[in-house]
Amino acid sequence: MIPSIRQPRAVRLAYNAYVALFFVYLALPLAVVSVFAFNDSQFPSLPWEGFTWAWFFGDARPVIGVFHERPILRAIGTSAFVGLCVSLLSVAVGTCNAFLFNRHRFRLRGLLYVLMLLPLVIPGIVLGISILVFSSTLANGVEDGMGWDIEALRPGLVLVVLGQFSFITTIATLVISARLRKFDESLEEAALNLGAGRLTAVRTVTLPFLAPAMIGAFVVAFLMSFENFNTTLMLVGSDAPLTITMFDRLKEGSTPVLNAVSLLLMIGSSLLALGMIAFQKKS
Amino acid sequence: MRAQSRLGLFLLLTPLLLWLTLLIVIPHIDMLLVSLRERVGVGEYRTSLANYLTFLTEPLYLWTFLRTALMSVLATALTLLIAFPVSYYIAKIAKGRVQSALFLLCLVPFWVSELVRTFGWMILLRETGVFSGLLQWAGLVDGPVEMLYNDVAMMVGLVYTSMLFMVVPLVTTLESLDDSVIEAGYDLGGSGPSILREIVIPHAMPGIVSGCIVVFMLSLGNYLTPTMLGGKESLWFTELIYSQFIVRFNWELGAAFGFMLLLLSSVIVWAVLRLTGQTLEKTMG
Amino acid sequence: MLPDLECANLTKTFDATAAVRDVSFAVPPGAFFSILGPSGCGKTTIMRMIAGFLEPSGGDILIRGKSVLNVPPNRRPVNMVFQHLALFPMMTIAENIGYGLRRAGMPKPEIERKVGEALERIGLPGIGNRKVDELSGGQKQRVAIARCMVLEPDVLLLDEPLGALDLKLREHMKIELKKLQSAFNTTFVYITHDQSEALVMSDQIAVMNHGRFEQLGTARELYYRPETAFVAGFVGEANRWRGKVERVNGDALELRTETGIVMKGARHGRALNPGDSAEIFVRPEAIRVARDEREVAHFENRICGTVTSLLFNGAASRILVRDDGNGAEIEVAIPQSGDYATLSRGASIHIGWSGDQANCFPAGSA
Repeated sequence: MIPSIRQPRAVRLAYNAYVALFFVYLALPLAVVSVFAFNDSQFPSLPWEGFTWAWFFGDARPVIGVFHERPILRAIGTSAFVGLCVSLLSVAVGTCNAFLFNRHRFRLRGLLYVLMLLPLVIPGIVLGISILVFSSTLANGVEDGMGWDIEALRPGLVLVVLGQFSFITTIATLVISARLRKFDESLEEAALNLGAGRLTAVRTVTLPFLAPAMIGAFVVAFLMSFENFNTTLMLVGSDAPLTITMFDRLKEGSTPVLNAVSLLLMIGSSLLALGMIAFQKKS
Repeated sequence: MRAQSRLGLFLLLTPLLLWLTLLIVIPHIDMLLVSLRERVGVGEYRTSLANYLTFLTEPLYLWTFLRTALMSVLATALTLLIAFPVSYYIAKIAKGRVQSALFLLCLVPFWVSELVRTFGWMILLRETGVFSGLLQWAGLVDGPVEMLYNDVAMMVGLVYTSMLFMVVPLVTTLESLDDSVIEAGYDLGGSGPSILREIVIPHAMPGIVSGCIVVFMLSLGNYLTPTMLGGKESLWFTELIYSQFIVRFNWELGAAFGFMLLLLSSVIVWAVLRLTGQTLEKTMG
Repeated sequence: MLPDLECANLTKTFDATAAVRDVSFAVPPGAFFSILGPSGCGKTTIMRMIAGFLEPSGGDILIRGKSVLNVPPNRRPVNMVFQHLALFPMMTIAENIGYGLRRAGMPKPEIERKVGEALERIGLPGIGNRKVDELSGGQKQRVAIARCMVLEPDVLLLDEPLGALDLKLREHMKIELKKLQSAFNTTFVYITHDQSEALVMSDQIAVMNHGRFEQLGTARELYYRPETAFVAGFVGEANRWRGKVERVNGDALELRTETGIVMKGARHGRALNPGDSAEIFVRPEAIRVARDEREVAHFENRICGTVTSLLFNGAASRILVRDDGNGAEIEVAIPQSGDYATLSRGASIHIGWSGDQANCFPAGSA
């Protein structure tokens, strides 16, 4: 069971084989998606018609590559914009929450902490519809009462950002809290002792210590936002982020251009994640 | 100093309260209110349980609800069974660089969108897909085989999609189990299975519980995988919610469905926490 | 009498580096046997081989005369108290102690009775239903021992179990462990890097360095008659000089240290000839202090010096004395009879020690 306990050879081999098989299972779908991005065919499926870069760079019908597909490029832009907004908001609020729960003792703290965790156990689609319902109640109320039509409260990017923010903040809070808990508060006291003010101490000592976790939370939030589907599906308006655009394409049955987008996504998010890991190892 | 501290507390509380009340608490209350509304005329509503009655009396709705719950439980159990040996391997058997490499490999598939993963399974399983092609090439079957659009395909996708959320908490808790505790078990005469039952699993319980809760939630709330991989007959409850909201524009019934889904997930999460003596703070925080 | 534990030419190599080289020893029944050595000397490796968590590269391990090399750890008649105790945090105290008995298939009422007895024996009756983390360090220690002792092992292995305790408790547990050992009348094999633990508790001590046993003997033997320079330096404290042998007369030597002091020493049968370089060890407590030169006149080695530091440490108080002749510093224990309570820095003092107390070893042996 652990290396210091000898096991029969057959058991060890079977165990290793199982773990190997598991990783094959993990890799298989991603591998085929990547491979078929280079298939010179109208469909991402067998038979193999030869290798091509056309699904990336093709610019004439019927083979239009990713880099010439306006709707997909626009969707990537939308997703990136939404991702940035969500990451910024959730890291900002997450940092406040981390300080609040680690440094302050107040009434209802336990209750608020549980409430803060709740978005993790609410199905994404329910979060989506509840925000949809509430925002339209609000919008209708405002329209009936004052005659203003507030565009931001109708399905669209603002609601998508708010919907994703509503649960990604919990994750950002947990990531940043975990690091803040490891912070030795006497460092801050030392800064105060050396003449820094309360806020200066936090800014010059605590925040630099938290920076790796904040950057980590930012990247995680961005990736989660980028690939979010359930919540976004209920709140999306006319500007669709990438996952929704791809979903619509997929339902119609699509060309390997989707494989090409997927491969780019894999490379992009892996680089982002690896960069984050390398950065966190360094600090 | 005290006044300053109170001001700090107030400033830190504000974003938290805004977030929780405006995006979580009030929307859910509003959803509950909408679900308790019955439309009696154009723009006229009255409070009633009509939507919930519809849910209970229409066999398709109730059946889909129960099926979704049971299939989610099944997906969770399968994920746990598949993930546990792998997590144990990563946490306790692999060492050094191999360990971190394997752990990283587990994370890779989840840095890409669920949509891409589902797409991968579609390419593998469909009639013109890789598996079908392989089987024909090997001479095991004569014509193309459709492996998509059934419960097995959907289950494969569900398990795949939520694997990470089981592996990570399991590896974390198993890693914190000191090797010497396992050695002590052997030293005192324990055998592999008894140590697994009495030492390893009890120790990993918080990880098992948090993994199961998250995987169950993700399966229950999944829309993409059942839609893309599941059969036409096997509806998922989220598909009903989507169609009430977006296709039929019957928000009252849709909100009732949403509330039932929320209730189901809360009850199951609460029951699991009670049964295993864990708390939400311990397993999630 | 058949030894409880015997290791014959035990060897363990990890990728070409030898952790344990050709170690042989036998532990008679009921003995308290310690392996003492600095960290990384291979003592933990020996213990893990005996427990069955490591496979020896060569040699044999016999328990009550039978080789256990092919016996898996869960079948060996030895039990181990782990360094950090490895109590099962998911179980109560009673479940912890009863764990091995349950594995052996003992009926429930009997397990209950035995666990009760064991708790009684370690002086903690009635705590069976508590959780592990509700106990103090010393209590956990005793539970860890009881958990093994209920299985009546032929040999109990203890892997630096006192390391995590604070000083006061450690002192107390030394006595406690010795008492428990005689109460259970079981063979203990104890490994530690703390010489005082080994010296206080053991019947026999093996001093280990670089994978080898340097010396095996009783505490007294190790202290008064170290056989190697390593043992002389590792067990107890010593002033240490390097020098050249000038004359040999039987066991007695005359040496000149690198700092120029001429000194008498003893070789206790070791090969040292005129012209050899040697290491000389003199324990601070073997040196006599006097205000009057006549009091130390009968010693072969005498120095007149100045007190440069007072190192007060209760019973183990020392002073540093600088030789007025050549400036060398020597650490000297001062008797706590009160005679030297008023000693102050800069005071002139006479010190002396007999040549027999100066252990000499061929240089470069440690």
